[in-house]
Amino acid sequence: MFRYIVRRLLQMVLAFFGTTLIVYALMFAGQGDPIQALAGERPVSAAQRAYLTEKFHLDQHGVGGFFYRYADYVTNLLRGDLGESLTGRKIGDILAQAWPVTAKLALIGLLVAIIIGVTCGVVAGIRRGGVFDNATLVLTLLVLGVPTIVLAPLAQYLLGVKLSLFPPTAGADPSLYALLLPGIVLGCLSLATALRLTRTSVAENLRSDYVRTAKAKGLPTRRVVGVHVLRNSLIPVITFLGVELGNLMGGAIITEGVFNIPGVGFNLFRAIRTEDGPLVVGLVSVLVVVYLVSNLVVDVLYAVLDPRIRYE
Amino acid sequence: MSERIVRPRADQESGGHLLEVRDLFVEFRTRDGVAKVINGVSYHLDAGETLAVLGESGSGKSVTAQAIMGILDSPPGFITGGSIRYRGTDLLTLPEEERRKIRGKHIAMIFQDALSALNPVFPVGWQIGEMLRLREGLSRADARRRAIELMELVKIPAARQRVRDYPHQFSGGMRQRVMIAMALALNPAVLIADEPTTALDVTVQAQIMDLLGELRRELDMAMILITHDLGVVADVADRIAVMYAGRIVEHADVHALYEAPAHPYTRGLLESIPRLDHKGQQLRTIRGLPPNLMRIPSGCPFHPRCPYARQECVDVVPAVHRLGGDRTSACHFAEEVLDGRI
Amino acid sequence: MTEAHTVGAAEAGRTADPTTRPRSLAGDAWRDLRRNPIFWVSLILVLVVTAMAIVPGLFTPNDPLDCTLSRQHAGPSGAAVFGYDFQGCDVYARAVYGARASLLVGVLSAALTGVIAVVVGMLAGYFGRWVDAALSRVVDIVLGIPLLLAAIVLLKRIDSDNPTVRIGAVVFVLAILGWTTAARVIRSSVISAKQQDYVAAARMLGAGNGRTMWRHILPNSLAPVIVVLTIALGSFIAAEATLSFLGIGLRAPTVSWGIDIDSGRTHMRESAVPLVVPSTFLALTVLAFIMLGDAIRDAFDPKLR
Repeated sequence: MFRYIVRRLLQMVLAFFGTTLIVYALMFAGQGDPIQALAGERPVSAAQRAYLTEKFHLDQHGVGGFFYRYADYVTNLLRGDLGESLTGRKIGDILAQAWPVTAKLALIGLLVAIIIGVTCGVVAGIRRGGVFDNATLVLTLLVLGVPTIVLAPLAQYLLGVKLSLFPPTAGADPSLYALLLPGIVLGCLSLATALRLTRTSVAENLRSDYVRTAKAKGLPTRRVVGVHVLRNSLIPVITFLGVELGNLMGGAIITEGVFNIPGVGFNLFRAIRTEDGPLVVGLVSVLVVVYLVSNLVVDVLYAVLDPRIRYE
Repeated sequence: MSERIVRPRADQESGGHLLEVRDLFVEFRTRDGVAKVINGVSYHLDAGETLAVLGESGSGKSVTAQAIMGILDSPPGFITGGSIRYRGTDLLTLPEEERRKIRGKHIAMIFQDALSALNPVFPVGWQIGEMLRLREGLSRADARRRAIELMELVKIPAARQRVRDYPHQFSGGMRQRVMIAMALALNPAVLIADEPTTALDVTVQAQIMDLLGELRRELDMAMILITHDLGVVADVADRIAVMYAGRIVEHADVHALYEAPAHPYTRGLLESIPRLDHKGQQLRTIRGLPPNLMRIPSGCPFHPRCPYARQECVDVVPAVHRLGGDRTSACHFAEEVLDGRI
Repeated sequence: MTEAHTVGAAEAGRTADPTTRPRSLAGDAWRDLRRNPIFWVSLILVLVVTAMAIVPGLFTPNDPLDCTLSRQHAGPSGAAVFGYDFQGCDVYARAVYGARASLLVGVLSAALTGVIAVVVGMLAGYFGRWVDAALSRVVDIVLGIPLLLAAIVLLKRIDSDNPTVRIGAVVFVLAILGWTTAARVIRSSVISAKQQDYVAAARMLGAGNGRTMWRHILPNSLAPVIVVLTIALGSFIAAEATLSFLGIGLRAPTVSWGIDIDSGRTHMRESAVPLVVPSTFLALTVLAFIMLGDAIRDAFDPKLR
């Protein structure tokens, strides 16, 4: 177990440097004027130019200069210093404000996926081939096929504007109720995947030999399914949901943008539109780190859940 | 609960047998059609004896066992006729809840591949103890203690340390011992061993067979040993039932059967065993392949592969010939085969 | 233990009755597909969208770029079935013409993905050892990059408003981030194909590595990849629309559903039609490809059912 975690940790460190290097290189390498690249099409004031030159060591040149700047960037990232956006706000402050909102939204999405997705998946897996199973299969296919940029505005229009069941937009400091609809929209995709994964997993495990053994032991059906099958079936589902939490936090760009929720995704959405380069880089870097960490947590979780990995 | 089953009734119907399968029919209904897997199987088991059920894969030997246990997957499997009497009670007419109580407590079963038959995510001790906790109401601590005892009974070294280990941490032979320990947990009267040694190395096979024989004697159980391997049955079994295409084609005492088979199929099986005294001769095999159970051949199902088949075999389903005592053969020419005239 | 010693020498024997016609996997799959309504619905949708992309004039006589502010949010009429949007453009005509960009990006990305995946998967699967190890690590890393975030970073660098450049950029970005799954599929089918007798025979007859790979292994590894690419095509179309929606994918004057959904969303309180129409077109197209791939895969892999 310990060796497994250490190995995963080393892999994550490697992936961290690899990904941040790629992000950084893509943003800045080979640009004619890196400052203009950061700023996009907006004019850059002399003060901003001076600040950026100093901050990113733009007076250094060549490959050495690039790595010098990259090292700077990583050091700052690790220290939690993400620099300033073009509007002069500290990116760290923006994140501190946005983070709790995004976390809340992601948790709502995840909860929806767990409660509905896993429950329906178990039922569909047990009654494979039945009416319920086929209905959920078609429904999840629909959900999987409809992109968020369709789902989010349509849900907002139908349930928010037309039927007024939910507030159509959340605004600053949103209540849990205002986050509910966006949370469901966000969780829809995870729900569909979780449902399908649970269904396949339950159906496969129901056919496995150990189920026959459990029946032969004279255990009641609800124990065979509820303990033996479920404990095995949920291993892939839980690991999927773990990865998904990381995805939901980073993937809320569209949902937060559409519903006007002041989370991390919304800030990224706005940064892209206002061409605020430093803010985009800062937010993307943090999201990538979150993604990597959640992957690591999931790997460890997987080892805890599956003894075959634990004792590798 | 199962009191009326535990206490033997008058037993007049079953003739006093501990377990009796009579005229069992099972079919598998699949998308591609109906496969007639069991076609009128009858056998019985008395207290303290070992019956070997021998047959190729697909002959229905495992399905019969699953029908006895009541763990047949349905669908696709359906029991369409016959009875299974345990101490006089027909199990097939019992409500599911009563049947469940018989499983493990009265009739227990061990399976071929212990690695997949054990749940991978629970420690073996937990899996053995689970039955004791749920069926006997033992506490966690007592269940574990008893699990260790059972593991010692099946001769797993360092049982106390290994009780917390997971199935994949055991060797193949040790895993099968765990299966056996689990089957013995509730002191069953009948143990069904479904190809218990097939997945194991030859040396380990012998150890497991010896262990099973020893435990059967010690605990005074009756055992049904399902196998496709004539080699393993000779030392352990009292009687043999040979199955082909969902029927019992021959049934006899072990020694009588080895001495002189009364069915061409059994003879073919015996001739295909390599023997030291026949060194240098070519090994005989049974020609052809087992039948497709969706299209069982007319007449005697073995006729397409039988070297002695005649027109009668193609047209008429052979009756079961009684050859004295318990011995039967489902061949039109049973007496001739037995005497060696054919 | 000799085979003859054990009775069960013929595991496969149950289906070996000479009167049973052995059925091929493809035959079985086709029989299943033919009876699957989802397959037919999605196939028809795919064909319609393809026709729309190739000859949009068949579906509407109107020009999607003919926009007059005086017609802003004008209702449906004989001239425009779904009326006009905020800019006064024909909503239906724009939705029809939007198919071209979507399908173009989808098909090109899938093709490029296929090329990268075939090369990487083939090399990794065929040569194994360190080649496989190295390429598999690359796959792991690329798979670990969140697609949307990486696309944002990459596309932010493309300043040009030239439609061809933007389409090229989106295709490149989607392919460079999206080839991993297909590569894994190819790799595993190459590994299993490599062990087949006919490959060994070809090599023994002196076929070189290149010839063995392209002439003998590739044709037998293509089927699963085509399924994966069909589903990927649907996701690529969705991804293109999402990027265009965010303003970093395609840009006007290119007609894209993503752009129209964004502008329809902004003005949905005045009129929902300009939001609903391109949304429906996009959703149906993406669904059609995903369902088509799904149906084919299910038919070929009955175990999953």
